[in-house]
Amino acid sequence: MSNPTSRRMLLAGVAFAAFTPVLGRTIRDRLPWRDGEAYPPASVRDGPWLFFTPEEAAMVEAIADRLIPADDLGPGGKDAGCAVFADRQLAGPYGRAEGWYMEGPFPSDPLPTQGRQTPDTPAQVWRKGLAALEAHCRASLGGRGFTQLSGDEQDTLLRAVQANQVHLEGISSTLFFSQALQTVMEGFFADPIYGGNRDMVGWKLVDFPGVRYDYRDVLAHPNEPYRLPPVSIMGRPDWRGQVQP
Amino acid sequence: MTRRLPRKDVVVVGLGWTGSILSYELCRAGLDVVAIERGPWRDTASDFNIGTAPDELRYAIRHELFLQPAQDTVTARNTPDQRALPIRTWGSFLPGNGVGGAGVHWNGHTWRFLPTDHNLRTHLISRYGESFLPENSLIQDWPMTYDELEPYHDQFEKVAGISGKAGNIKGTIQEGGNPFEGWRENEYPTPPLTMGYAQQLFIDGARKLGLHPFPKPSANLSVPYTNSYGVRMAPCTYCGFCERFGCANYSKASPQTCVLPVLVRQPGFEARTRCEVVKVELSADRKRATGVTYVDADGQMWEQPADIVLLCGYQFWNVRLMLISGIGTPYDPRTGEGVVGRNYCYQTSSGVTAFFDNVNFNNFAGAGSLGANLDDYNGDVFDHGPHGFVGGGGISNAVTNARPILFHPTPPGTPSWGSAWKREVKNWTNRVTSVGSQGSSYPYRDCFLDLDPTYKDRLGRPLLRMTFDYKPNEIRMAKFMADRCEEIARAMGASRIVRNDRGPGWSVVPYQTTHNTGGAVMGTDPGTSALNRYLQSWDVHNVFVFGASAFPQNAGYNPTGMVGALAYWGAAAIRDRYLANPGPLV
Repeated sequence: MSNPTSRRMLLAGVAFAAFTPVLGRTIRDRLPWRDGEAYPPASVRDGPWLFFTPEEAAMVEAIADRLIPADDLGPGGKDAGCAVFADRQLAGPYGRAEGWYMEGPFPSDPLPTQGRQTPDTPAQVWRKGLAALEAHCRASLGGRGFTQLSGDEQDTLLRAVQANQVHLEGISSTLFFSQALQTVMEGFFADPIYGGNRDMVGWKLVDFPGVRYDYRDVLAHPNEPYRLPPVSIMGRPDWRGQVQP
Repeated sequence: MTRRLPRKDVVVVGLGWTGSILSYELCRAGLDVVAIERGPWRDTASDFNIGTAPDELRYAIRHELFLQPAQDTVTARNTPDQRALPIRTWGSFLPGNGVGGAGVHWNGHTWRFLPTDHNLRTHLISRYGESFLPENSLIQDWPMTYDELEPYHDQFEKVAGISGKAGNIKGTIQEGGNPFEGWRENEYPTPPLTMGYAQQLFIDGARKLGLHPFPKPSANLSVPYTNSYGVRMAPCTYCGFCERFGCANYSKASPQTCVLPVLVRQPGFEARTRCEVVKVELSADRKRATGVTYVDADGQMWEQPADIVLLCGYQFWNVRLMLISGIGTPYDPRTGEGVVGRNYCYQTSSGVTAFFDNVNFNNFAGAGSLGANLDDYNGDVFDHGPHGFVGGGGISNAVTNARPILFHPTPPGTPSWGSAWKREVKNWTNRVTSVGSQGSSYPYRDCFLDLDPTYKDRLGRPLLRMTFDYKPNEIRMAKFMADRCEEIARAMGASRIVRNDRGPGWSVVPYQTTHNTGGAVMGTDPGTSALNRYLQSWDVHNVFVFGASAFPQNAGYNPTGMVGALAYWGAAAIRDRYLANPGPLV
């Protein structure tokens, strides 16, 4: 072997498997089952911001509320918990791009067909993008920060960022916008266990019943509306009765 | 320092569908088999537990079951004069990892190819003349006929319990099945899934047009089933968490649900997980493999001597292991010589998105293979003479899921955010379906796989480099197919139809399909194939290579049915012919 492998490199290669045990093993004679073995995700808890500064978090909440506004169809991105979702995701393995191939070189002129080619992780794209957006607001919109703009002004600015009509210092406008839209949409539609989609508002918008896992009754009644409310990995709020001491 | 282990009869590289099938068949023949798998052990109760399996973010978006690009990826470009760059996070395809491989998170469409897909070159030339083939095309015949493979398809379908309706039993056309398919000795092991409302519209609309729709053959089982190995499977519940997910119901055929429970009880079997084979070791004359070298999760290198080496990894990794180990001559696109990396193919999809008024498709109630299909425009079922292209595809309506992070369809012109977006998403989610063609992908001289000169994996090995684009023949075919899809969607009563055409410039970003094929193809001529008709290396007789890497070109079907049949075909050749007289079988 001309390239000896260091233990550090190998562990770096497998440590991103956040949920499952990392050690190799030998299996023979029987399936290696252990009682109750499963790998549930960690439930997001309320509490202080883990990744965003308070100023960043206020911007993220404002952005989430413009991308998914509160209106007659239901709550917006802020009340759905999209900023909490983003905070916890960016503080974790996803924010660090764990599991992605992040070795250089990173040429500045990739083909449009070659996909994301930046050394910035999702967390870095968010952090640089928020800072650059705020600097842009202060410099060109009367010294006001993003959260001080009216909703219409925020919409106009976000549309310009999306269309690459605003120069953001140190970060691609379109990369930042697509990252922001992706994270907010994930927060609106992912299982509530990750901190967004609070009270399953995203699922209610699109009549998605969640994790019921058995729809044989739906197939038996084609073209009929489905009436049951959604269920998440954590169940439903109204299932949680008081436990008697 | 590399430590040397005691010899085994067989070492299997990769424990997915082909690795588990080969391991079981050869253990039953009395051999000692060790399977070396670079991902983790995975099982239904622990890893696809019903309390955690239906999680779109974790599995569909964060890709937990797939190979992580940090562990291994490929570089990609469209033409040989471009610089390839690494795929840093998966998009166009999603290679598997761990025990079960992509057989864990597939959708379960299980096809045989048409008889004329097997002798494709001979057939096309005899019907249309050699000048009808696309420029720079490397279309080749398969080294075995449909008739020869039929019993092995039958064997795989009975292990996987495939649900479907036969269209041709021993030459007699069957009502409700696919009248264009090759003959089958037997009906499918289990009846078709229940068709949903969108499929009912598709079937009615297609029949009005004189076409021949039928239920897709499905590895999501319609009824309880005990397979030919004695393993019990349960019926599909249309949960809508199939592709990209493990099945919590034991209803999707996979190595876990079909093979592993009996394989682990074989006294000659052992699996080593989180152990990655880095090289196949060859004898001094390079005519025989002596075993493999692998690295375990602690970074320790091991040499595993073996009499037979079976490459059972995903298509990309089989090809790369051959290139790294020096098995066969690498393909050179400038001279056209060499074989390893040659005939890389993909799949050419096109179709329409159809919007309806006044329906409840209930798209959340789906299964990986819940769909209706028609083959009137697949392969060479129809006369290509007037159309100026070769190839074709199955056309289908399928409802696999409505998981909302990835599925929130809106008509063109809708903004991608804001209140207008919300209104349109709410309006259409349950009233959209697709009519799509999964088209063939034929080989070209400048579409190939080799080793990247710049980028390395974490072990210091060169990444595999892909050079691929959709060619004019495939683009014309995709347009023809989208035209047909549009006619069918109109016959279904769609109020608005949006075309999804296919142009040049294959991109690594949007998901297209994980049907990557070729690179270590089988054939009758060692000048144009890396493997003989028994999936045996022409150069190193005790190395056999399984999976879609062996396809000379890809047809208008999903590959797993063919991959399973070739595994049983190869297992029979090793067991019944090679063991008695080890050496080249051709």
